[in-house]
Amino acid sequence: MKFLKAFLSIAITLIFIWALNTKFGDIPPLGKFLSPAVGFWQNAESKHSNAAENLLLDGLQAKVTIQYDEHRIPHIFAENDHDLYYSQGYITARDRLWQMDIQTRSASGRLAEIAGRKALDIDRYHRRMGMVYGAENTVRGMMKDPLIKMVAEAYTDGVNNYIHHLSKRDYPIEFKLLDYAPEDWKPINCAFLLKLMSETLAGGSDQFAMTNNLKHFGAKDVNDLFPDYPFHEDPIIPVGTKWDFKPLPTPKPSAGFIAQMTDSIKPKERVPGIGSNNWAISGSKSATGYPILANDPHLNLTFPSIWYQIQMSSPTVNVYGVSLPGAPCVVIGFNQKISWGVTNVDADVLDWYQVRFKDNTRNEYWYSNKWNKVNKRIEVIKIRGQKPLYDTVLYTHHGPVVYDSNSQRPKDQENIPTGNALRWVAHDESDEFMTFYLLNRGKDYADYRKALTYFTAPAQNFIFADSDNDIALTPNGKIPLKFKDQGKFIMDGSDPANDWHGWIPYDQIPTVKNPPRGFVSSANQSPTDQTYPYYINWQFGSYDRAKRINDLLTVMQKATVDSLRIMQTDDYSMRAQDVLPTLIKDLDSSKLSKNQLEVLQIAKKWDKHFAANSIGASIFNTWWQKFYEMTWGDEFENKNMLLNYPSIDRTEQLLIKEPNSKWFDDIRTPVRETGADIVLRSFIATTDELHHKYGNPGKKWQWGQVRKVYINHLANIPGFGSGNFESGGNSSLINALRGGNGPSWRMVVQMGPQVKGYGVFPGGESGNPGSFYYADMFKTWKDGQLNELLFLKSANENSDRIKTILILNKAK
Amino acid sequence: MLFLIILILSFAAAYFLPWWAVAIAAFLAALFIGKTMKESFWSGFGGVFIVWTSLALFKSIPNDQILVKRVAQLFHLPHWTLLLLVTAIIGGLVGGLSAISGFLAKKAVSSKD
Repeated sequence: MKFLKAFLSIAITLIFIWALNTKFGDIPPLGKFLSPAVGFWQNAESKHSNAAENLLLDGLQAKVTIQYDEHRIPHIFAENDHDLYYSQGYITARDRLWQMDIQTRSASGRLAEIAGRKALDIDRYHRRMGMVYGAENTVRGMMKDPLIKMVAEAYTDGVNNYIHHLSKRDYPIEFKLLDYAPEDWKPINCAFLLKLMSETLAGGSDQFAMTNNLKHFGAKDVNDLFPDYPFHEDPIIPVGTKWDFKPLPTPKPSAGFIAQMTDSIKPKERVPGIGSNNWAISGSKSATGYPILANDPHLNLTFPSIWYQIQMSSPTVNVYGVSLPGAPCVVIGFNQKISWGVTNVDADVLDWYQVRFKDNTRNEYWYSNKWNKVNKRIEVIKIRGQKPLYDTVLYTHHGPVVYDSNSQRPKDQENIPTGNALRWVAHDESDEFMTFYLLNRGKDYADYRKALTYFTAPAQNFIFADSDNDIALTPNGKIPLKFKDQGKFIMDGSDPANDWHGWIPYDQIPTVKNPPRGFVSSANQSPTDQTYPYYINWQFGSYDRAKRINDLLTVMQKATVDSLRIMQTDDYSMRAQDVLPTLIKDLDSSKLSKNQLEVLQIAKKWDKHFAANSIGASIFNTWWQKFYEMTWGDEFENKNMLLNYPSIDRTEQLLIKEPNSKWFDDIRTPVRETGADIVLRSFIATTDELHHKYGNPGKKWQWGQVRKVYINHLANIPGFGSGNFESGGNSSLINALRGGNGPSWRMVVQMGPQVKGYGVFPGGESGNPGSFYYADMFKTWKDGQLNELLFLKSANENSDRIKTILILNKAK
Repeated sequence: MLFLIILILSFAAAYFLPWWAVAIAAFLAALFIGKTMKESFWSGFGGVFIVWTSLALFKSIPNDQILVKRVAQLFHLPHWTLLLLVTAIIGGLVGGLSAISGFLAKKAVSSKD
């Protein structure tokens, strides 16, 4: 009996401990997680930090001094480049290890290894669209270049040194929550970060939906509704710029340039309004007589931030800016002589090709009038708690067949055509880090131009300003040479005429230097006017932000850093300026009730700014959305077929120029509607909705109340984000804040003999929610302020902003 | 006495991995000097409860509770002190159950009875 009792007691205790040591679903192993000895309590950082810290690291060649300022931004001073990138890897890992791990896991299709089966679809998508294939090609390109090989390997060694000396109690909290361990870093992980950027910025497409459009509406309507150049435009390269080169012959369109459709087929949807701003004014417009450059890339806003601020100095370089955690070099920043930034180009670098297989074995496909061999690549996807999945992906010369059949394709990927091969520039061998390596060390315009030639994807509008008073802007990247509209629709993969025909030569890519207007700018709009001889894409971001930027810069004189900072949070709506007068003019106010007239009065008096306390902004935004939906929803919302809605720009044109267009007719009603009917109907629906949700016009109608803005933790962990906050701004405004997306880094750099940088991102340098530097810059960013960036000239320069010093010594 | 020994051993165990080293501490202490089941449980529970509370506060106070407040939200707890309490109770239960096991094991092998 006493044995049984003892046995039972020990068994119960062991089971209890086992249960507390095991992860159940999303619940972390509670004993392990809550234990103060190894669990999350260990991640609570003390406010009393050491003023000086010395570490011995093997792998270093000499001593490295890292000075941390009041935001815990590191300023690295190394005696050689190897040590510079080694310590960049080391300290980035110290602050952002989990982010580095999860982002590369996501890109490489390895989430299921830690999250189990629920991550399988997203993993398969990343594998099957060729993220690993592309990263393998890129890392091959990187390793061929001895400089970049050194950089990537030193960075990798630095990260690994940190990981190898990390005790379990010091694992970042997310490892403890998800119950897994960090693994060794590899150079290919740096490439995966580039692929992730390409996926975000150049990995969506609407060719499947456009092909359906063509089938459903016919060529005439599609040409009318999806024109190749917008109604409203203000291109990046100023209109009238002469092209001083002899263009290559444009490829001939193929015979049947649109493929037959097999079945209802959708890649990651193209997200409209993804974008960024940059501009630079020449010395003639600035108070100091030297250029000022501004950049704010719009991306998903997360804690930790996608960016990591850093100053990096060695005998060959001294640069300040933001880096991507997990990748060497500074991506956007400045040095003593130059500054640069980026926005997305949105060139068409992703195309779909219909494949005809010989038989069900799918070993051969028809191309160029003969059967060609299909390459099969086996992707092994490990799944936590289950057997691994072996997934065979078919590759034609174009690239991977992302989904073989509809049954293979998950529901949320319905914009990916099945049975089609993907040709994507991010699959190609490339060496993007060389661009950043050279820009970090750039001294003048010639260095800038040379650096750009190394850049493949995702194509970016590289803006430039230097202390020699040059400003420039280049929509840059590897851009395929195509016939007009090639890739607007899915193409026949058997016809070689549909292949990409080489590349637009780098020296013929659009570029502008020191234009007479005294400034350059980009906001994802069309790169050029219609005289540019090459086809880049048929659609770009709408012109609203660009037009507002150009309007403001045109009249700007004696500008200061502050003038440009204030511009970065400008919330004036060009769209409201373009369409609100027509909406109001076309609205038959005799049909409105007293309540509705009151709302109309507010809209009429509105100053067109999307300020947090603006009621007019809420009214206009709802009205325009409803107008858009009511105009197109009847034709384009189709249960059986994915269709692509016409653009905002085309809708504006329809409203202003074609009030009697057939598209205004609601085909679900017996009467024939005109534009004015839709204007009235959408206005009444707007007032109904706002009254219903928020009562009578008042504080609850304010834009900051109506529209939620937030910054979530990268893994959406509750409590680790910012929570909802009130803010002005919206997509299509310079301050492009919407939902959890917006200005991920705001930077303004004043060039001159003493370069001065200002910048901020929403978040903090540390990725640890238990750090005082996890979100310490959030409020500055939210208030539209910038921090003066501490740009030290040498390790010996004294600054009272330096709070702690970390010395990395070479281990003997 | 048992309480004091478990308290001291649990403190020491916190410097070793894994986290369940406290269970071994409580088990061994009760195995050698446990007198009754009740005493063993409460000594184990109390010892680890106090050690975990102290160690947690030791990390959390200089942190101005910023991390524990965030983690409390993650567990949908209205106040961070509840998370501290949950931590301490889980630790206490591990300690208490282990001590009982130690005591019962002692009884099972002891010749008296």
